[in-house]
Amino acid sequence: MSDKLVYIKNSEEFDSLISKEKFVLVDFWATWCTPCTMIAPIMDEIANLYSDKITVAKVDIDNNQDLAIKYGIQSIPTVLFFKDNNIVAKEVGVKPLASFKKILDEQTA
Amino acid sequence: MNNITDILIVGAGPAGLSAAVNAVVRGKTVRIFSNKENYLSKAERVDNHLGFYNISGKELMNKFSAHAKSMDIKIEDGKVVNILPFGDFFMVNVSGNIINAKNIILAMGVSNVKEITGEKELIGKGVSYCATCDGMLYRGKTAVVWDKSKDACNEANYLDSIGVNVIFISNNSTTSTSNLNKTINFIEGSIKTILGDNNVESIILDNGNKIKTDAIFILREAIAPSSLIEGLKIENGFITVNRNMETNIKGIYATGDITGKPLQLSKAVSEGLIAAQHVAKNK
Repeated sequence: MSDKLVYIKNSEEFDSLISKEKFVLVDFWATWCTPCTMIAPIMDEIANLYSDKITVAKVDIDNNQDLAIKYGIQSIPTVLFFKDNNIVAKEVGVKPLASFKKILDEQTA
Repeated sequence: MNNITDILIVGAGPAGLSAAVNAVVRGKTVRIFSNKENYLSKAERVDNHLGFYNISGKELMNKFSAHAKSMDIKIEDGKVVNILPFGDFFMVNVSGNIINAKNIILAMGVSNVKEITGEKELIGKGVSYCATCDGMLYRGKTAVVWDKSKDACNEANYLDSIGVNVIFISNNSTTSTSNLNKTINFIEGSIKTILGDNNVESIILDNGNKIKTDAIFILREAIAPSSLIEGLKIENGFITVNRNMETNIKGIYATGDITGKPLQLSKAVSEGLIAAQHVAKNK
């Protein structure tokens, strides 16, 4: 597991992260969710590949229900990409690394 | 990596079993999953499979299964929900368990999955195919479960047990309701349309009745191949393959009825063999 991942503890921490960092990729997940377990290694890899550009954050929706409600999370995994504090991309479900890379490369170009 | 199987086969009909037998003959490790009765078992009489004149589909299927069993091939009960490529292997979600495999052979038969109006637009916005995956998100809310497979009842009971207000919709009033938790509302019918702008808001039944809901779980026997794997090339409902039964994704093969017409037993058996031999030759 990458040590570069940021595990969000509460909404204050989340808000401060997305306003402070230019690019933040957020993985909404839960411990009981098998598809989330599948994409976890991809989030690790993104954190390593893009460590100079993008912050990768993990939001456990059971511990952060307010964030899940705020961002209308209806199915997990849901991955949101924030640029300058705004959501610029959203991926729902199990997607390969290439799908995420395409979005990240476009958005950070 | 520990415990990585050479080939994971989805479906245990003629194509899947043929692939399994031929892969095992060539020394490959195989796991084969199935969650439904296949179409061949329902055929009353088969006359065009060489060497077996005038035989029932069920008899043939039993012979196929016995053949596989005598080679120590165990058909496991499980529904394949997601397949995710990781470069040199695949991670597969089988009924909530993760299994790693170097190659995949798809052999789940024709998926008569006909999407309904609003379904595609609202995936991940209240439309879900997996109660155990997304159920927790609807605790304290209302969810419709649409009975399209034998596990629908169990999945509805699971949702009920975690505190979802479940409405069970089925055409089958007798068998379905007998195992259903008493707290679940049962409505006989079928769903025509899903409504909602950003999220699921309601559904419309075939009799025109409208039901308000926060989510709809559509529990079909098979997940549409396009939802199973991102980027799989599909044309007119059939998976595109080359002469080696390779799909557009390296390491994923498709065999049998899902690759297109003719939807015939002998073709399925041949395609299973071709895929298995190609995997064995290359890895």
